[in-house]
Amino acid sequence: MSTAIDITSLNAYYGSFQAVADVSLTIAPRSITAFIGPSGCGKSTLLRTLNRMHEVIPGARVTGSVSVDGEDVYATGVDPVLVRQRVGMVFQRPNPFPTMSIRDNVLAGVRLQRRRLSRHDGDDVVERSLRAAGLWDEVRDRLGKPGSSLSGGQQQRLCIARAIAIEPDVLLMDEPCSALDPISTLAIEDLMAGLRASYTVVIVTHNMAQAARISDKTAFFTIDGARKPGRLVEYDDTTTVFTSPSQQATADYVAGRFG
Amino acid sequence: MAVIVLDRAPTLTLTTRTVRRGRRAANTAATWVIGVLFILALVPLASLAWTAFSRGLARFDTDFLTNSMRGVVGAGGGALHAVLGTGLITGATIALSVPVGIAAAIYLVEYGRGAFARTVTFLVDVMTGIPSIVAGLFAYTVFSLVLGPGARSGLAGALALSLLMIPNVVRTSEEMLRLVPDDLREAAYALGTPKYRTIGKIVLPTAMSGIVSGVMIGVARIVGETAPLLLVAGYSDAMNYNLFSERMTTLPVFIYQQWKFKGTDVAAYDDRAWTAALMLIAFVLVLNLSSRLVARVFAPKTR
Repeated sequence: MSTAIDITSLNAYYGSFQAVADVSLTIAPRSITAFIGPSGCGKSTLLRTLNRMHEVIPGARVTGSVSVDGEDVYATGVDPVLVRQRVGMVFQRPNPFPTMSIRDNVLAGVRLQRRRLSRHDGDDVVERSLRAAGLWDEVRDRLGKPGSSLSGGQQQRLCIARAIAIEPDVLLMDEPCSALDPISTLAIEDLMAGLRASYTVVIVTHNMAQAARISDKTAFFTIDGARKPGRLVEYDDTTTVFTSPSQQATADYVAGRFG
Repeated sequence: MAVIVLDRAPTLTLTTRTVRRGRRAANTAATWVIGVLFILALVPLASLAWTAFSRGLARFDTDFLTNSMRGVVGAGGGALHAVLGTGLITGATIALSVPVGIAAAIYLVEYGRGAFARTVTFLVDVMTGIPSIVAGLFAYTVFSLVLGPGARSGLAGALALSLLMIPNVVRTSEEMLRLVPDDLREAAYALGTPKYRTIGKIVLPTAMSGIVSGVMIGVARIVGETAPLLLVAGYSDAMNYNLFSERMTTLPVFIYQQWKFKGTDVAAYDDRAWTAALMLIAFVLVLNLSSRLVARVFAPKTR
């Protein structure tokens, strides 16, 4: 059920400001792809165009196309709500719903989509999702407690469980570990390795070591200056990008010479 | 261990000490001034509370709570009809203003863009400043045009009070909705949730605690209104269970009538006015306290 993503000549704007210029790349199913690059290079913006979350911001728009499993998500008549049900997302800061218990947080996506769910099925979804997010053993005794009672790292895994509970094909992660300590980061990296078996994962990260550790392919983006759009410099196997990049800019960045 | 070198130490001379003494004196003086002003501000409040309590206690009995003023001349009688009227008119006001107010706030926070939203915000600001008697005249005019001149009813009173309460509800709800982090809206959208369900299931429940306590404080403010009700709800001595027709009395109007139209037994009228005042103050106090309780009940739990 995992899916390939095709990005063709994509441009993304905030009002009159162009944040991403002419990006084309193809993401293989059941793989982890990392977007790296300096701040402001448009990698998060590009990620948000993949499930049409970019347009949630007033004035934001996109040209070009993004196909998920061969279907253009920007074609006329496509409901962004349905796109987002297939392409899930985990954010930089853990954002469990404060009014809901741990259990209800996991089921939030299913319930918000008005899908009917028996109590028994609900229990199944909760256990399966929390197990996949590596959180089950830590919270199985307190599913009724509020989601905000968990630690930051646990909250982020709860958000991952919530995202995979609706069984998307693709999982987008926008710097999911940048607000977490190293132990929690390790827990999330471990679980991502497991997620690759069933999902196409795209992750934006500022942590190059993390990109090198977990991803199959890496895309390096950069900007040529303030108020300039971000562009794709190089996209290749992670090992190639980190050991023998074809572009000088990539080599400088992964060696830590700038950014 | 680090050694801190105080190379400024020798300059701590008499002048700096004088400056310090001056600062301390200013601090003491300011503390006293603020303390005295605070007590001065409390004097009228304490005096009012004490007067209402001591004078209101005389008739704070079961008769007062179980009788209307129907056929009562002189001593006896009660304010049951006014308590009922207050309950009905306040309830109707809440029913009219809360949906409109919350809907307007949702529009302003979640949908409103550009000139129209700015106009709505401006009009809400203007409405906040409407004198209550003008709201009364507006309701009087509306009901006179529809039902004929001089039509009085509890509903007309509720309409007038709604005009006063709606801007209040819009303002507090708007603030509470803006406090809901965008992270939560984005989280819901990213789960494939339509906007209206995100608002209904995530944004409103998260803001509910603040909205409910805001509404209760709004109620506490309109429950003491007198002028518009004198105009459009009028005054009656008897029970009126029907919001839609005939005059209806509320506690503030009852107080006014008792004080204004004293019979021969002046003390009996005064006593009833004070007891009604005591009830009104107690009711507002209870509303304020319960708004805190309700805020706690609805607040997102953290443990």
